[in-house]
Amino acid sequence: MPFNIAKLLENQKKNILELWMKNQLEDEGLREDLITNEELRAQSEELVGSLVANIGAGGSTDLDGDNWSPVIEILGGIAITRARQGFSPRETGKFVYSLKEAILEVLQEQIGDDPKMLFEESRKINRIMDGLTVVTFETFIKGREEVILRQTDEIAEISTPVIRVWDGILALPIIGTLDSQRTQIVMENLLQEIVDTGSSIAILDISGVPAVDSLVAQHLIKTVSATRLMGAECIISGIRPEIAQTVVHLGIDLSSIITKSSLASALAYAFRTLRLEVRKQVVQNK
Amino acid sequence: MDKIPILRMGNFLLVTIQVDLYDRLALNLEADLVQMVNKTSARGVLIDISAVSIVDSFMGRIIGNIASMSKILDAETVVVGMQPAVAITLIELGLPLNGVHTALNVERGMKRLQEMIGPVQEDDDEIAPEDDSFAE
Repeated sequence: MPFNIAKLLENQKKNILELWMKNQLEDEGLREDLITNEELRAQSEELVGSLVANIGAGGSTDLDGDNWSPVIEILGGIAITRARQGFSPRETGKFVYSLKEAILEVLQEQIGDDPKMLFEESRKINRIMDGLTVVTFETFIKGREEVILRQTDEIAEISTPVIRVWDGILALPIIGTLDSQRTQIVMENLLQEIVDTGSSIAILDISGVPAVDSLVAQHLIKTVSATRLMGAECIISGIRPEIAQTVVHLGIDLSSIITKSSLASALAYAFRTLRLEVRKQVVQNK
Repeated sequence: MDKIPILRMGNFLLVTIQVDLYDRLALNLEADLVQMVNKTSARGVLIDISAVSIVDSFMGRIIGNIASMSKILDAETVVVGMQPAVAITLIELGLPLNGVHTALNVERGMKRLQEMIGPVQEDDDEIAPEDDSFAE
């Protein structure tokens, strides 16, 4: 009678799950803060069930086959959830590796008296589990990348507020590095706001920009020129002494741009241009 | 054939571009405008491009040309109402239009021209000799 691994695994499903759970719970790196034991159990049970059913159905070890897609889907789902929950790659990897351990242990128990068959079956299991591990990692990394992309978008969106400081004066504090993509967003927001509010002066505050190199300077010059084309004036403020040094050392010509050291002096300049006056109230003592 | 109207408002010429400019139209506008500046001895040219949504390097150059030519004929050029997308495109094309004055809308453009040229004399048209000496 030929040995039927599918049947064996089917019978031992419960054992495998228990063993796997034991392995996972015993592990020092168990993250009870991120996932409850019940949830972990549910995840594990689903995966074992689907895996065993699949080995029984086809017996093919080729993971590209269609019959593996449900397992891969479940595993992918788990990996993505873990990526979002903040599991480390090591913890996610261990999740799958410990399943392999459990299956091999059960195999050893059941057919340990036939070394040749044990070797054959172990190899098969190994191949399947290794493939699944790779899939897990791919999905895990994809999940992480999605998180990073989303955060980048969020940062780009929240970090370019255009503030109306006065009637006809806009301020735009830039925090963080200016790359081409951000310059584009900054420029679009600023120009649109100029049209919407009919402002004639825009103040670009760069005190939150960590460093200005020739590329960043070029982006700044672009923004200023575009503002000028719209018919508004653009002042760059918040230039720190170190930045002034770098700009001059790099030989960047900012002479065509109005620059002020602080937002306050830029605002004062804007008031002068608009012929506005801010005065301290004189209190008359009687 | 399409023709872009050039309106005279006292000392200034007002050009409102309501259609997207194709090359021939832009070239004609350039020629007509220079003729008109010469004929009316206008002191300022105001080009409203608020309805223009597409711009290319040729169009950018034409605007620059108009400004330079008018300058030689002693007239200042103010381009008003540029759309944000148009401004960004021109900058990306490397055409910052340095010789051209700009303003947000026609009203501010007029104010800007008046500031540059000095107070408008209502009776400029009647006193021709004074006008001529002023232009020289």
